[in-house]
Amino acid sequence: MTMNDIIVKTITRIVLPFAQLYGVFVILNGHISPGGGFAGGAILGTTLILYTLVFGRKKGSKKFSHRASEIAESGGIMLFILIGLIGLMLGGSFLTNLDAGFPAGELGSILSGGMIPLLMIAIGIKVTSTMINLFNLLIDEGVHS
Amino acid sequence: MRAKLTDIVFVIVFVVLVIGVMNMPTDATTAAPAYNDIINHYLEQGADETNAVNIVAAILTDYRGFDTLGETIVLFTSVVAVSSVLRSARHDWKFDDDE
Repeated sequence: MTMNDIIVKTITRIVLPFAQLYGVFVILNGHISPGGGFAGGAILGTTLILYTLVFGRKKGSKKFSHRASEIAESGGIMLFILIGLIGLMLGGSFLTNLDAGFPAGELGSILSGGMIPLLMIAIGIKVTSTMINLFNLLIDEGVHS
Repeated sequence: MRAKLTDIVFVIVFVVLVIGVMNMPTDATTAAPAYNDIINHYLEQGADETNAVNIVAAILTDYRGFDTLGETIVLFTSVVAVSSVLRSARHDWKFDDDE
């Protein structure tokens, strides 16, 4: 199910890096501008879905294999829980932020907010892999039956 | 008989829900239950307590971090549910040439 349209392929090749960079930007700037893990993860997942739609499942799975998406799927949650457990170990409750000793940083800069950027990265990984994983599962079912 | 009983139950539930909706606060008054002191606390103390400029992100991951964890677990559960139903044995790295 590869698209053989030269226009779609070329435009996808041009647009994809910028879209992915924008997704990473939205995730990493979640604590200082609108956006965050859910929105940025949706953008990243959509670029992967676009790549798989245009260039086919074989090439798509070379970029981001099913195995990798499964690992990212579990890894996002594990990262989230681990960050929460750091707060628990450093003498607060689960998911304690600044009181547990996360570096506060300078207000408004990208290195601020304690654990919030880390949690945003975890959520971004999670949402990205969820989107591409669901898409792969549904499209595989359509191909094989 | 059974269908009639079901209809009666549905009508009762409908009436109860309508009464509940009519008792809701109609506009943004200060008497609404959602309007309490926590909003002012977030807006005034949020930047100091979390050191994040975006108050939405601060509420989402700091004040309500446990809620967000549950939200990601919901996503995980959705993938597990779909894959348990749809996942075929040829899901991993076996592709035909006609694709």
